[in-house]
Amino acid sequence: MYQKDGEKYFIVDGHIHYWNAAPDNWVPGAEKFAKGWIECFHAYQGLGPEETHWPLEHFEKYSEDDLMKDVFDDGHVDVGIFQPTYLLEWYKEGFNTTERNALMGQKHPGKFVYNTRWDPRDGDKGMAQFRENVQRFGSKGCKLYTAEWNNGSRGWKLTDPEAYRFLAACQELGVTNIHVHKGPTIWPLDKDAFDVSDVDHVATDFPDLNFIVEHVGLPRIEDFCFMAVQEPNVYAGLAVVIGGLMHARPRFFAKVMGELLFWVGEDKMLFGSDYAIWEPKWQVEGLVDWEMPEDDEFADYPRLNADGKKKILGLNAARLYGIDVPAEYHLHEQRIAGVAGA
Amino acid sequence: MTAAALASEQAGALLSALATVRDPELDEPVTSLGFVTSATVSPDGQAQVRLRLPTYFCAPNFAFLIVADAYDAVAGLDGVRSAQVVLEDHFAADAINGGVAAQAGFAAAFDGEAVGELHKLRADFLRKAVLAGTDQVCRPLVAGGTGPEALATMTLGSLPPSPGLDRLRQRRADLGLPAGDDAPLVIDPVTGAAVGPDALPLHLRRARVTGVSFQANGSICRGMLRARYPEMPEPNSPAGEETEEKPS
Repeated sequence: MYQKDGEKYFIVDGHIHYWNAAPDNWVPGAEKFAKGWIECFHAYQGLGPEETHWPLEHFEKYSEDDLMKDVFDDGHVDVGIFQPTYLLEWYKEGFNTTERNALMGQKHPGKFVYNTRWDPRDGDKGMAQFRENVQRFGSKGCKLYTAEWNNGSRGWKLTDPEAYRFLAACQELGVTNIHVHKGPTIWPLDKDAFDVSDVDHVATDFPDLNFIVEHVGLPRIEDFCFMAVQEPNVYAGLAVVIGGLMHARPRFFAKVMGELLFWVGEDKMLFGSDYAIWEPKWQVEGLVDWEMPEDDEFADYPRLNADGKKKILGLNAARLYGIDVPAEYHLHEQRIAGVAGA
Repeated sequence: MTAAALASEQAGALLSALATVRDPELDEPVTSLGFVTSATVSPDGQAQVRLRLPTYFCAPNFAFLIVADAYDAVAGLDGVRSAQVVLEDHFAADAINGGVAAQAGFAAAFDGEAVGELHKLRADFLRKAVLAGTDQVCRPLVAGGTGPEALATMTLGSLPPSPGLDRLRQRRADLGLPAGDDAPLVIDPVTGAAVGPDALPLHLRRARVTGVSFQANGSICRGMLRARYPEMPEPNSPAGEETEEKPS
């Protein structure tokens, strides 16, 4: 929790990782991809405040104690949602699997939510694994990375027929929060891999599922916004927006926030630090302090007050994941009305 | 002219040619983005260009367009007898460099992984550039009190000349959309039809978010490039808040 100027914020970090990207986990023959991936992540960290930068070696493999300190002790986070990324073609035990996250997290009851994943190209075996993970780890959400390489394939779309099987299984199993992360590759490679129109289709076809578009569809913010305004079950995952812009480019950050507040709205935006790319501490503190600039250029963007920040920093995610939020963190009108939950 | 002066002149011509090559996703020249690592011409007319991108995993289709466009821009120069353009530090560098060198097209360079060429992708991003350019040109008018009714009747020729207007006309012309003095100021970037007063406010909102997206992506790419190559000077990078808003 975080407290500032008499306001109390319940913090749900909607996007954290516990990865091992050190050379001991690189797949022989795929070293250049494993190395390229983690170095790319490390460069993203360079967009945060200098005092929060880590040496590459530490960034490749950090400990459980590091995570607990950075995210919970120092980072103000109450509950962290693990978003696994497998990348089994490059990392022997995966980059950060559901299992790795959960084995660590289960030592700290109540602190974590374990999202799992599926890949439509894994067929029946993948479906069995998905069902097992949901049962074993109580997953209520999954993280999908459409650019992942798999047996010669360089990616997939949510509208692929096999993906519909998995989405139907999500609905059946109560895995209602589908986090979608677009990447640079997709079959076929001549198409725009970042296109979000497949999310638009499945959001319409699966109205009982929530689709959280990670990194607000970056680099296709405009397509994401125009889609999200039309689909009631599409949400904005703010990982990278805050970490990558708030410090490095504050005025662009304000414009992106202004667009998101206009098109998507503060009820459908979810904070995520993307730890360990960036630590949550400066992001939480910075967002609570943040205000839309007063120049004319920002005049017709919506404003974000303390209640809006409470929603983005935790209450929205708590609502999607059924996380109990103590009454002292509720919005003023909820406290008055005695409404339970966020 | 001395050999050194000649070489310097040719290198200048090379950079000017590369300045016409844009990253289609950002709609900015590769030179101002810092993507050109080196550009030289040997005395016997062999041009050598090395390019770099903000990440190892930048999308291969856009990377291919950049390398292919750079090749075309350089190979067509007077005094250049052969050209080599090399993309460095990228997961698909071999396929892209080989494909461009062989002039074989994208689908051949990524045999089995692509079904078509990149014309549609390029056109889609030119349309986004038209939208962003529309925002750039119209926002001052709206701020000055011009309403949707008036905007809907304005033509490109009714505006005073500006770099933003030139750029908008050029992008529209590239797409084969109306770009002359008589053409409507605000058009649908797919059909070319004028946008009417009722649809105009939402159209301009969409144009603005497109412009914001280009700017935000450009700033992230610049930051990533700087983090990736800290030892290399970066030309024309926005250095701080003062220049952050400067139109590219």
